[in-house]
Amino acid sequence: MGAIIEFKGVALTYGATEVLKAINLTIEPGKFYTLLGPSGSGKTTILRLMAGFLQPSAGNILFEGQQINTVPPEKRKVNTVFQNYALFPNLNVYDNVAFGMTIKGKSPAEKAAKVDEMLHLVKLDGYGQWEISELSGGQQQRVAIARALANEPEVLLLDEPLSALDYKLRKEMQRELRSIQQRLGITFIFVTHDQEEALAMSDWIFVMNDGKIVQNGSPVDIYDEPINHFVADFIGESNIIPGVMKKDYLVSFLGRDFENVDGGMRPNEPVEVVLRPEDLDIVSEEAGKLVVTIDDQSFRGDYYEISAHDDDLNQWQIQATNPVEIGQRAGLYFDPEDIHIMRLHEDEAAFDARIEQYVEDEQDEN
Amino acid sequence: MKTRYSAYYALPYLFWIVLFVIAPLGLLLVQSFNNIGGHWTLANYQTYFKSGTYLRMTFNSLWFSFLVTMVTLIIAYPAAYIMTKLKHAQFWLMLIILPTWINLLLKAYAFIGLFAQDGSVNQFLTLIGIGPQQIMFTNVAFMIVAAYIELPFMMMPIFNALRELDPSLINAARDLGANSRQTFMKVIFPYSLSGVRAGVQAVFIPTLSLFMLTRLIGGNRVITLGTAIEEHFLVTQNWGMGSTIGIILIIAMFLTMYLTRERKGRGKQHAK
Repeated sequence: MGAIIEFKGVALTYGATEVLKAINLTIEPGKFYTLLGPSGSGKTTILRLMAGFLQPSAGNILFEGQQINTVPPEKRKVNTVFQNYALFPNLNVYDNVAFGMTIKGKSPAEKAAKVDEMLHLVKLDGYGQWEISELSGGQQQRVAIARALANEPEVLLLDEPLSALDYKLRKEMQRELRSIQQRLGITFIFVTHDQEEALAMSDWIFVMNDGKIVQNGSPVDIYDEPINHFVADFIGESNIIPGVMKKDYLVSFLGRDFENVDGGMRPNEPVEVVLRPEDLDIVSEEAGKLVVTIDDQSFRGDYYEISAHDDDLNQWQIQATNPVEIGQRAGLYFDPEDIHIMRLHEDEAAFDARIEQYVEDEQDEN
Repeated sequence: MKTRYSAYYALPYLFWIVLFVIAPLGLLLVQSFNNIGGHWTLANYQTYFKSGTYLRMTFNSLWFSFLVTMVTLIIAYPAAYIMTKLKHAQFWLMLIILPTWINLLLKAYAFIGLFAQDGSVNQFLTLIGIGPQQIMFTNVAFMIVAAYIELPFMMMPIFNALRELDPSLINAARDLGANSRQTFMKVIFPYSLSGVRAGVQAVFIPTLSLFMLTRLIGGNRVITLGTAIEEHFLVTQNWGMGSTIGIILIIAMFLTMYLTRERKGRGKQHAK
């Protein structure tokens, strides 16, 4: 499938500040993409470049193969759902949703049909005559989505649209957005700083930091194989320990050697080791691969979040289904495939090549 | 207890309102029903509505106020719009506000210096070969000076309304396919209307009763309601008639306020 949007070395600078540094990305039609990163990482800037509110200082933006660097927003086949919804307060729900069609001079019948269809899509049937001020935050959110989709965009841009909603409503909207995207089959590009949201909704995630794309991949790839400390830390909670990769499939940390599943590095290369809290099991002291002392635990509904320290005073986060005793010494058990290795200062291309390499090796062995 | 104490804080304001707003209004109303000898009469109102002079004067006041309002609006709106886009908006706003700190009469005298027979404007006209013109004591001169004086009061509320406009609404309109002209018509202008209304009130109402300018610049050719009130109180000493016109003026003000009021949204309760 051909790309619908491409960024080729797109950079943006304000005076001396580099907001974006040579971004390359490819968006394919019909998928749900997420730009994930902390605030100030440049993710909203990318969205604004796609929408046409900003123009790149360098590089090219292509839409279906055509360069669109300076095409104004109203001439682009993309629509945006704004963070604060940006609904027109003096227009009712109907007129808000019909705004784009009114501008284009569509007939009243055509408008009415489309507005009904869109309101049905976002489950707001019959709300056409309501004023924006009469709606709850969640309903306003739905109107904003309906208004953007009524323009029949090829790409829908969503700028942290769920950040103002409460937890339950956010979960519900995540599911709904995902199902709307699948039903319409158009491309969604979603901006968020919430890793959980990104993992739950996306086909493909771009993790951003400091104006650069640090890693991109499927949610599972990014969660299982974070490229570096930043991604590991940002995507879910992680225990990150310095270690040494003695040889392929053997890593040493905390003074002990562990069997693992990573390879393709120099012998005795210093690395960082990632162990996810949910991959750690609490077992008896004798059965554990590591021994820790429990410091604290908090009940999170479906699991206990336990913090502990080992004898070298490294902090550990563990998720367990059963409670433990504070002050108790316990063993930690994990499987070789739970150990994720990150090389220091490895860029994405080299990382991908290495992952590819050892996946092939493994296949050869089998 | 707390509420009882805080009620006392309103006392100075209440005194002020009673002494300087309610009492004068009451006196004005009573006075307007008195004839020159101090007896109760409806004659003042009869005179007002029967003699064409007063009605013409009222019409004149309304017409000039309308013109001044229009002129200031036409100048102020684009200027305020451009100002919101400038880097140093606060500095430019300062320049707009600055002249309002100068006494009205001083500004009027400055214009006499400019517009007089041998004033700067005529000197310039002579220089470029047009020759001196009669500028003082014309309707045009009055209009220019009145518009100059009222301009900041039109500009400030419009500027504030435009500045408060959420830029994401403009982005949303563009995003939905509106070009810059459509965005202006559909979003920017409708949302700055509150500022326009405030500006119209702040210019139209005071202009109704402008009177010193009519004499100094307009040479008493432009007779407004303000001039008539001044003449009746100070020259003819017919306080009754002066008060009557004062009441008419107040009614005109309330009418203006009513016509330029904020329209309630069409919000209605729904059966859902």
